[in-house]
Amino acid sequence: MTHPQTALARHLLSAADLSRDAALLVLDTAEELARVADRPIKKLPTLRGRTVVNLFFEDSTRTRTSFEVAAKRLSADVINFSAKGSSVSKGESLKDTALTLEAMGADAVVCRHGASGAPHRLANWIRGSVVNAGDGTHEHPTQALLDAYTMRSRLGRIEELRVAIVGDVLHSRVARSNVLLLSTLGAEVTVIAPPTLLPVGVEHWPCAVSYDLDAVLPKSDVVMMLRVQRERMYGGFFPTTREYSRRYGLDARRMATLPDDAIVMHPGPMNRGVEIAAEVADSVRSTIVEQVANGVSVRMAVLYLLLGGALLETVEAVA
Amino acid sequence: MTSTHPPARPVTGDPSVARPVLDAADVGRALTRIAHEIVERNHGAADVVVLGIPTRGVSLARRVGARIDAIEGAGGVPVGSVDVTMYRDDLRLRGVRALEETDIPPDGIDGKVVVLVDDVLFSGRTVRAALDALSDLGRPRAVQLAVLVDRGHRELPIRADYVGKNIPTSLTETVHVLLEETDGRDAVLLGPADLPRGETR
Amino acid sequence: MSAWIVRGARPLGGKPADLYLHDGVLVDDPPVGAQVLDADGLVALPGLVDLHTHLREPGREDAETVESGTLAAALGGFTAVHAMANTEPVADVAGVVEQVWRLGLEAGHCDVHPVGAVTVGLRGEQLAELGAMADSAARVRVFSDDGHCVHDPLLMRRALEYVKAFDGVVAQHAQDPRLTEGAQMNEGAQSARLGLAGWPAVAEEAVIARDCLLAAHVGSRVHFCHVSTAGSVEIVRWAKRKGWNVTAEVTPHHLLLTDDVVASYDPVFKVNPPLRSSEDVEALRDALADGTIDAVATDHAPHALEDKETEWAAAAFGMIGLETALSVVAAAMVETGRLDWSGVADRMSVRPARIGRLTAQGQPLLPGAPANLVLVDPSARIVVDPRTSASRSRNTPYAGRELPARVVATFLRGRATVLDGKPA
Repeated sequence: MTHPQTALARHLLSAADLSRDAALLVLDTAEELARVADRPIKKLPTLRGRTVVNLFFEDSTRTRTSFEVAAKRLSADVINFSAKGSSVSKGESLKDTALTLEAMGADAVVCRHGASGAPHRLANWIRGSVVNAGDGTHEHPTQALLDAYTMRSRLGRIEELRVAIVGDVLHSRVARSNVLLLSTLGAEVTVIAPPTLLPVGVEHWPCAVSYDLDAVLPKSDVVMMLRVQRERMYGGFFPTTREYSRRYGLDARRMATLPDDAIVMHPGPMNRGVEIAAEVADSVRSTIVEQVANGVSVRMAVLYLLLGGALLETVEAVA
Repeated sequence: MTSTHPPARPVTGDPSVARPVLDAADVGRALTRIAHEIVERNHGAADVVVLGIPTRGVSLARRVGARIDAIEGAGGVPVGSVDVTMYRDDLRLRGVRALEETDIPPDGIDGKVVVLVDDVLFSGRTVRAALDALSDLGRPRAVQLAVLVDRGHRELPIRADYVGKNIPTSLTETVHVLLEETDGRDAVLLGPADLPRGETR
Repeated sequence: MSAWIVRGARPLGGKPADLYLHDGVLVDDPPVGAQVLDADGLVALPGLVDLHTHLREPGREDAETVESGTLAAALGGFTAVHAMANTEPVADVAGVVEQVWRLGLEAGHCDVHPVGAVTVGLRGEQLAELGAMADSAARVRVFSDDGHCVHDPLLMRRALEYVKAFDGVVAQHAQDPRLTEGAQMNEGAQSARLGLAGWPAVAEEAVIARDCLLAAHVGSRVHFCHVSTAGSVEIVRWAKRKGWNVTAEVTPHHLLLTDDVVASYDPVFKVNPPLRSSEDVEALRDALADGTIDAVATDHAPHALEDKETEWAAAAFGMIGLETALSVVAAAMVETGRLDWSGVADRMSVRPARIGRLTAQGQPLLPGAPANLVLVDPSARIVVDPRTSASRSRNTPYAGRELPARVVATFLRGRATVLDGKPA
C-alpha cells in the first residue's frame, strides 16, 4: 500500500481540498486505525503532546464526541470549547477566540460554526491546523469521508457506485461535501430534491439532478437521505411536510424498489417519518449506526495525517 | 566530515552501484538456519508467533514460518505483521507516513513467544517501536528478534537473537535487501549511502 | 486670496497648457504673486464629484467623520461629495442635513452636499420633509433611502412626484427586500459552491424596471444608485431610448471585481449590491463607456474593524473607495481603451454635478469657471496600503494591489487641498 502523497495540506476546510490520492490515503489509513477499537488498549501514542481543541459554536454532541474520541485514541490532549451566539456578539467571539487558542498553543482546531466560511477566517488567525467540522451551509468534509468509508466498507468500492443524495440540498453542507468527494473518487452522483431546495448553479456541480425520486431509486446503489428542517416550510420551500414526505420521503414501499444490495445512509439526526420512515432507518440496509463508528476511525486518520508528522515547513528544512 | 549524529532522514542509496554480499541461495540458507535456531531455542514451536515488521520483514516472516512448519511437520505456526509507524520516535522530524498493515493472528500474543522479524537491524529504533506496539497489543511471555542482516551502529541497548549475516558497515554505506516478493529477486547488497544535501565527500 | 499658475498640464488629457487660478476662479492671465506648480505630464480634470458617499457622521464617528471622509475625498481628487442619509440620527429633517453641511464647511477639504432621506427614519412608510430639506442651508436636491429600497410602489410614486417642485431627484437603492432576505452574495455558481445565501440579479432589475416606468408616468426624473448587473444596464438603456429622464451610477468596484474573490470568505469583499459575474462587469464597463451609465459614484462605506473582521455572515456590507476611485476607473476603463480622460471627466465630474444640480462643479476648465480641479499623473502606479489611508476605516478590497494613476493635486475653489499627493 504505497501512496505517492503522504501528507494532507495544513488544513481540511473543504472536500475539494482532497485530491483522489489524498482521499484514498485517508480512507486506507482509517481502515488500519479502525482496528484500534478492537484492541484491549485502544490507544496509539502518535499525537502525544499535541493539543486538539474542539471549537463548537453549534451544539453537536455527536460530532464533537467523535472528534474527541479520535483525538484521545491518538493520545492527544483535548480541550472542548463551546462558544455560543457569534451572530449576536458579531464575530468578536471568533477572532478573540482564535487569539485565545493561539495563546493556548492549539496544534489543531476542529471548528463547527453556523456561518459558512468561518473556519477559513479562523485559519488566517491561528498557526495550527483547522479541521472544518461543519460551517453553515457550506461543507462538512469529515462527514463526506466517513460516508465514503462506509460505502466502501459495505459495497467494496466507490468507483462507479451510483449514489443518490435526497433532500434539502440547498441548505446542506453534507450534500456539498459528498458531491465533491464522491465525484473525486469516481462515483456517479445524482441529487434529488424539489426545485426550491436546489441551488441556482447546481447545474455546474459534478452530479446529475432530478426531481423524481421514484425514477432514480431503482438505479441507485446508495441512497443518502438528508435531514429536512420543518422551518423550511415557513420559507415557502414546500407547502407542507406531508407533501414533502409523500414526494421525497423514503418509506418502506420505496425502499423495496431499491436493488438488492443497495444501502441507505443518513448523516443524522433523523426526522423519522419525514424524510425517512422508521422501518427504513432500522432496516438491514441502513448504515446509520456504523456511520458513527466509522466517523471515529476517519477522524483519527485525518488528525494523524494533519498532525502526526512534522509540519511541512519543518520537513523541508530537514531534507 | 564524519557525522556522529544519527541521520534524521531515511538512509538511501543507489542499488545499481552496490556490490552483492549475499546471493539468493545465501539468503535461503540463512533463513533456514534461523528457522532451526528458533525451533531449537524454544524447544519446538508450540507457543511461537512470528510477526514481521513491514515491509520486507513481513515476507521474511512468512518464509521463516513456512520453514518452521516444514521442520516441525505440525500445524501452521501463526504468522502476522506489526506496523510500527505510529510508534516511531522520529515521527515529528519527518513528514507523515502512510500506515502499513498490522495483522495479529486470531489467538493473539498473550503468553506467547513472539519472534519479531525484520530485514536489517541498524540503530535499533524500529525494534524499540515494535516492542512498544506489542505492549499495546497484549502481553507476550517473551519477545525474540530475528533479522536477516545486522549492520551494527546500535543507538539503543537492543540485540538480535537470530542473525542471518553480520555485515559490519560504515555510516557512509547502506545495505539493500532485495526480496522476490517485493523486488523480483533475493539478494543483499552493500553500497554507498546518499549524502545529506549540501555535503560533499 | 490664493493664486496659482499650473504649468504644462494637459486639460482632459489634451495638449499641454497653462492654467491660471485666482480668487477661486480660472482666469485668462497669470496672476501676480502666484505660486507655481509644475504639472508637466499631468492630466487636469474638473474636480471630481461623488454622488454617493457615506461619511458616517453623526452617529458612527468610530468608522468615519466628515473631517476624515472629506480629506479622503480630496486625496482622491474630489471637490464635492454627496453624503448619504443613513446616519444616526437619520438625515430626514432640515436640522441634520444642515449639521452635516456645516461640518463639511468647517473641515474645508471638499464641498459636502447632504442627501436627504426619502422616508422618515428610512423606514419606507412615510415621506420625510423633503421640502424643508430642499429649502435648508444645505439646499438638498438628491434624496435617497440608500441602504434600503423604497419598495412600496405607491410611496415611490409620491416621492417622484413631490420632488418635481424643487427640481429634486430620488436616487433609488434598487433591492427587493423579500427576494434578498438574508442574502450574502451574488446568486450564482459561486454562491452555490460557497454555501452563502444568494442575492439574485432580478431583485435589483425588477425595481429598476418598475421605477423607470413610474418616473415616466409621472414625468419626473429618477436616478439609480450603484447599478450592478447586465440586466439593469439593459433596462436603463431601454428607458433612455424612450426619452425618459433616467440616470444611473456605477461604483468603481463593480467595474473591476467579480464574485470569484468571495471564495476566500474575506468580508472585505462583502458589499451591497454584491460583486457580480464577469459578464456583468463587462456590461457595466460598456455602459459607462457609451453613457448609458452616467456617473461613477464611490459608495464609500467605511466600517470599524470589528464589523469586518468576522465570519462573513456577521460582517457589515461595504467598501471604502474615495481614495482609490480614480485609479480603479483608470484600470477598468482608461487602460482597457474604453474611455479617455475627457470621458473620465464627464463621468466623474460633469454628469454627477449635473445630476446633483451643482452649478459650481463639473464645469469646463475655461476662464470664468470655478477653480475646482484635480491634477492626475496618468503614468504613475500606486500600491494600495490600507494602513496609510486617510479614511478612519481600512476596509478596501484592493489592499496590496497595484493600480494606475495617482492624484497629485486637488484644488477647491482655487485653494489647494492636496499637493504632491498629500494634504495641503
